[in-house]
Amino acid sequence: MSESLKIAVKNLNVFYGKKQALFDINLNIFSNEVTSLIGPSGCGKSTLIKCFNRMNDLVEICKYDGEVLIDGKNINDTSTDPVSLRTRVGMVFQKPNPFPKSVYDNIAYGPKLHGMYKNKDDLDEIVVSSLQKAGLFNEVKDRLFEPGTGLSGGQQQRLCIARALAVNPEIILMDEPCSALDPIATAKIEELIEELKEKYTIVIVTHSMQQAARVSNRTAYMHMGELVETGLTKNIFSNPEHAKTQDYITGRIG
Amino acid sequence: MSNIIQRNKSEKRFQFYGLLAVGLAIFLLLILLFKIFSTGFSAFNQTYLGVKIQIEKGENLAELDARSTLRKNLRNMFPEAQSRSDKKNLYSLFSPGAYIEFEEMLKAYDGDVIDGYYYFLASDDLDMYFKGTVTRQGNSAGRIKPSQMKFVDEFVKMNLIELQFNRYLLGSADSRNPEMAGILGAIYGSLFAILIAFVTSFPLGVLTAIYLEKLTKQNAFSDLIETNINNLAAVPSIVFGLLGLAIFLNFFELPRSASLVGGLTLGLMTLPTIVIASRSAIKSVPPSIEEASIGLGSSKVQTIFNFTLPLAMPGILTGTIIGIARAIGETAPLLMIGMVAFIVDIPQGPLDASTALPVQIFLWQDSPERAFVERTSAAIIVLLIFLFLLNITAVYLRKKLEKKW
Repeated sequence: MSESLKIAVKNLNVFYGKKQALFDINLNIFSNEVTSLIGPSGCGKSTLIKCFNRMNDLVEICKYDGEVLIDGKNINDTSTDPVSLRTRVGMVFQKPNPFPKSVYDNIAYGPKLHGMYKNKDDLDEIVVSSLQKAGLFNEVKDRLFEPGTGLSGGQQQRLCIARALAVNPEIILMDEPCSALDPIATAKIEELIEELKEKYTIVIVTHSMQQAARVSNRTAYMHMGELVETGLTKNIFSNPEHAKTQDYITGRIG
Repeated sequence: MSNIIQRNKSEKRFQFYGLLAVGLAIFLLLILLFKIFSTGFSAFNQTYLGVKIQIEKGENLAELDARSTLRKNLRNMFPEAQSRSDKKNLYSLFSPGAYIEFEEMLKAYDGDVIDGYYYFLASDDLDMYFKGTVTRQGNSAGRIKPSQMKFVDEFVKMNLIELQFNRYLLGSADSRNPEMAGILGAIYGSLFAILIAFVTSFPLGVLTAIYLEKLTKQNAFSDLIETNINNLAAVPSIVFGLLGLAIFLNFFELPRSASLVGGLTLGLMTLPTIVIASRSAIKSVPPSIEEASIGLGSSKVQTIFNFTLPLAMPGILTGTIIGIARAIGETAPLLMIGMVAFIVDIPQGPLDASTALPVQIFLWQDSPERAFVERTSAAIIVLLIFLFLLNITAVYLRKKLEKKW
C-alpha cells in the first residue's frame, strides 16, 4: 500500500443556513485506496463527500470553512475553479442518472465538453475503454446507440461510472452507489470498485456495513455531523475504539 | 353494511355529475360548431352568371374595354332591356368584380375569336337569393326588385346561374362588396403578427424563466418579480393594447395599423404566459440529470443549455403555443393600435397596414350587408382551423421532443 496522502480535510465546518451539518472534520484519504464513510442517516456522510468536488456550491444556503486539500492544494480557495476541479474528482450518485442520450453519447459527453480527444476514432476509443473499465462493454456493445435509460438499473449505474471515468479523474466519489440496486448488480459494482482502486482513489458512502467491510481499505464512522472514528477497515470492524462505533456496527443504533 | 351502500351510491352519483358536466359541455360546443359551420359553409361557394360572349375576329382583345364589352354582350342577350333603368337593373345583377374577371380573361385569352358562354361574378344580393338565404316574396327577394327579378328568372330558365368555388374569400383582402371580400389580408396580418409575437416573446420569456429559476438567488426582489409576472398574466388584454398604443405608436412612432405593432403588443401579452409555463417546465427537469452534468465538470450555463432546456422544451413549447393561440384570437389589443381599419390591400410586410383574423370577424359582423353574415362565419371557420393546426403542432412537438429518463 502506497500510503500517499491524496485528500486531507482540516477543520472543516459546513452549515446549511443556520444549521451546522459538519463539525470540525479532520480526515485523511490515501491514494489508490477505497475509503468508506459509514454512519446513520443524516450524519453528514454525503455532505462530506460533496465537499471534495464542491457540489455543495450548488446549494445556495450552504456555507463552509476549513480546508480540503487535494494533493496539498486547498480546493476551497477562491483560486480553485470548481468546474475544472470536478473533472479531477468524478462523482457517482445514489440513483443511477444517465443522461437522456444514447449509451455512446453518455460517455462521450464529458470528453466532448472538455475537448479531450483529437478525432472521432480517438473519441470512440475513449468510449470503448471507459465502458471496458466499468465492465459494461460486453453487455452493451451492440446497443451503444440506444438510449442509456433503457439499460437495467445496475447497468445504468455502471454506465454512470464509465461516464465518470471517461474524463480521466484522479478521485471517484460514490454516494451510496448500490442503494438502488439488487444484490447481483451490487456485487458487480463492488468487483468493479476493487479493480478501479488500482488506478483511482475512491471514496464511497454506504449504508451497508458489509459493503464497507468488503470493499474498503479504510473506514470512517460519522455520527451527527462529527467524525467519530477512522482507521483501517479491519480494525474498525473488529476492534472499534469508540463506543458509538461499536454500537453502530453491531446494529444497536442506526 | 348500509355505510357501504351509501358510499357506493354517493360515488355513483358523483360519477354521474361528472358525466353530466362533460356531456353538457360537449353538447354546447357541438351546437356552436354546428351553427358556425352551417352558416359559414355556404360562403365558400359563390353565385356566377353565364353570359354569352361574342367577339369577332379583328378585335384586339387586350385593348377592349371590359366594362362596355361585357355590357354590350349582356344587352345582346336581353334585347328587351331598352330603358335606362332596365339596363341598370340588368347590370346590377353583376358584381363590379365581373368586369375585372372579364378584363383578366381578355388579357389571358389565347386566340382571336370568342364565342360561347362564360360565367361572371354575381352581386351579393343575387348570391343571397340563389343560395336561399333570402326567400322570395312575390317578385322580390331581399334587395332584388321585381324589375330585376324578371332577368333573374330568365337566367334561371336558361340555366345560366350556378355556384362556383369562392376564390375571393381566401384570395383577396377586405372589400365593400361582400361578394369580393376576402380574408387573405387578415390571414397575412395575423401571420405576421403571430410570427413577430413569437420571435419577441419566446426568447425573452424563456431567458427570463431561466434567469428566475436557475441563475438568481431567491430573495425579496425575485419574489416581487414573480408576483408581478403572475399578476401580468391576468391583466385584461385591452390594457396591453393601451400599453402598445403608448409605447410603440406614441413613443417609438411605429406605423399605425401595422402588424409589426400588433405582433409586439401580442408578444407583450403572451410574455407572462410563456414565463410561467417555462418556469414550471424547467422546475420539473429532474435535478439528478443536472447534478450528473455538473459532476462531470460542466458549468452552470453548459448544464442549462445541454440538459435543462432540451428536457424542458416540450413543456416550454406547449405553454408557448397555448399563449400564442390565445394571442391569435385576441381582438381587443389590436383595436387599440389601429389594426381595425378597412384595408383593401394585402399587406406585403409587417410594416404595411393590415387587419387580423379576429378583427376581420369583428368588422364583418358589424356590416349591414346580408352576405357578410355567412362570411363572418366562414372567417370564424378559418380562424378555428388556424387554432386547430396550432394545437396539432403543439401536440406533435411535444411528442417529438419528449424523452424518457
